[in-house]
Amino acid sequence: MDKNGMHDRLRWGLLLFLTPVFLWLVLLIVLPQIDLLIMSFRVESGYGDSSWSLYNYRQFFEEPIYWLTFVRTAVYSVLVTFLTFVVALPVAFYITKVVHPRFQGFLTVLLLLPFWVSELVRVYGWMILLRESGVINHFLLRMGLLQQPVEMLYQDATMIMGLVYTSMLFMVVPLISALESLDNSLIEAAYDLGANMGSILYKIIIPHATPGIVSGSIVVFMLTLGNYLTPNLMGGKNSLWFTEQIYNQFIASFNWNQGSAFGFLLLFLSSVIVWLGLKLTRQNLRKVVQ
Amino acid sequence: MMQIDLSVQHVLKRFGDFTAVNDISFDVESGRFFSILGPSGCGKTTLLRMIAGLAELDSGRIEIRGKDMAGISPNRRPVNLIFQNLALFPMMDVGANIAFGLQRRGESKSGIREKVSAILDRVDLAGFESKRIDQLSGGQKQRVAIARCLVLEPAVLLLDEPLGALDLKLREQMKVELKKLQAKVGTTFVYITHDQSEALVMSDYVAVMNHGEFEQIDTPQNLYSRPQTPFVAQFVGDNNAWSGTIRNCEGTVGEIETDDGFHFRSELHQPLPVGAAVDLFLRPESMLIQPDPSLPDLNRFEVVVRSTLFDGANSRLLVHPVNAETELLVALPQTHQYDYIQKDDTIEIGWATPSGICFPK
Repeated sequence: MDKNGMHDRLRWGLLLFLTPVFLWLVLLIVLPQIDLLIMSFRVESGYGDSSWSLYNYRQFFEEPIYWLTFVRTAVYSVLVTFLTFVVALPVAFYITKVVHPRFQGFLTVLLLLPFWVSELVRVYGWMILLRESGVINHFLLRMGLLQQPVEMLYQDATMIMGLVYTSMLFMVVPLISALESLDNSLIEAAYDLGANMGSILYKIIIPHATPGIVSGSIVVFMLTLGNYLTPNLMGGKNSLWFTEQIYNQFIASFNWNQGSAFGFLLLFLSSVIVWLGLKLTRQNLRKVVQ
Repeated sequence: MMQIDLSVQHVLKRFGDFTAVNDISFDVESGRFFSILGPSGCGKTTLLRMIAGLAELDSGRIEIRGKDMAGISPNRRPVNLIFQNLALFPMMDVGANIAFGLQRRGESKSGIREKVSAILDRVDLAGFESKRIDQLSGGQKQRVAIARCLVLEPAVLLLDEPLGALDLKLREQMKVELKKLQAKVGTTFVYITHDQSEALVMSDYVAVMNHGEFEQIDTPQNLYSRPQTPFVAQFVGDNNAWSGTIRNCEGTVGEIETDDGFHFRSELHQPLPVGAAVDLFLRPESMLIQPDPSLPDLNRFEVVVRSTLFDGANSRLLVHPVNAETELLVALPQTHQYDYIQKDDTIEIGWATPSGICFPK
């Protein structure tokens, strides 16, 4: 009897705590998603009545501008992920293995510091530096290195640089925690056994840090793919990002059905790319998210 | 004259104000098992890392097979180091661990495979190539780490307390195995440890190190029976210590009055003036329990038994002299001859003149 009462109380307690979380998930995330999913499978005729159709999804594959934008976005996101890794690995290695432990925390905070400012402000900061009448052009002209100011903004290279800058932290942090667990004596042992810096990197450091690299890459890839602000502000008119297509459908064309179809395509295709990446590196998701 | 594999000359290393290695010089002949024995923090690991090239010297010279090692990075030195934690690569299997160094040298695949299986055979781990590191026992890991270095045929193999992490039984076993292996392969071993029994059992020569300096380099037997400094006398094996003053000298034998009032006659291994303050050391096994009254020239005195420290063949009596508080350890042979001795008994102790070890203060 007493045991039962205890059991009941536990169950009520659990219910009390889980209800807000459950309501939050269902009302604010699951239900709107279901609504969008339904919407993506419907088309509206000019008279305001709608019917079931795969038309919105067919549009994506039949209109080259849509799927080409997606391919471009995906390829650039993979490139950004790779570049972010190349930039972040030496930074993480320096912080964990080279610098005196006393300064590790300080350097990590220094790395975090720019991220206390919103992305919008940071992107505008870059624009002040890079635009035709910007700081860098000003100095290059003054030093006589340039005769004419150069427009550095609105180019793919600039956009990729901005995206790498934005995603740095999400690669450095998992790499730091992966490298922290790497025993220094393994590096020394490899060195002692005749390895040079290159083979230490490929045989010891990268294999050890693979879970960190993969989890960092997934986060950076997803964030870059779904980024709207940086490609929009730094990329110019020719470098269309897939998120801008979605935005256009919702806001400019007011075609919510097409927009939600694009949204689900982005979700599905990016998941496929991540899955492929995990297969290729022979990692499984459970190991990576640990 | 044997070939000198490793020559260390006036090596000095400072960390800030702290001198870790202070002007050390020694030579190791080819095929020797050389140990450096010292308490933790005495600088022995720093010395070993400098030989391996993992630490820079402040001054001095290290030669391996007659070749100066200055400016040569660890991956180009003909020495290999076995780390305290062994540092086996967990991301590779046993075969890949052992092949790692050979691959870095760019040897052929078939050659590597042959060498790996030959060295695994040598350390009694034949057929272990595809095992993962975490599938091995402590002793097996030990042997894989040794094989990984020996396969490269180094001039000198450096070992940084590799037995420290093993349990006692396995450590005793590995001591004997390591000694046998070294005799079999004939590679010069430089072994550092804080465990005197490891150093004494395995080595041809032992250097006792303290505060960045070598106190004595000698055979294990000499270190034990003829320590040159008070530190060696106390660090290698157990010793009972008295402080006292020399009252009289006849040839090489001196009469010493200890601070607690005993008069002992002891061999002096160096000439000391009358009135000099000395430390007198005496091994627990040099003291005889209830010596035969007919034995001449013994320093005899009476002690009270405080307790029996039973430890098999290494059992001792903890005693104190009848009218003094000094604690002494006396070896207690397990021959049942002394089974009658009880706590608080008063017994006679005697020791012969040559057993005493005397140092000026």
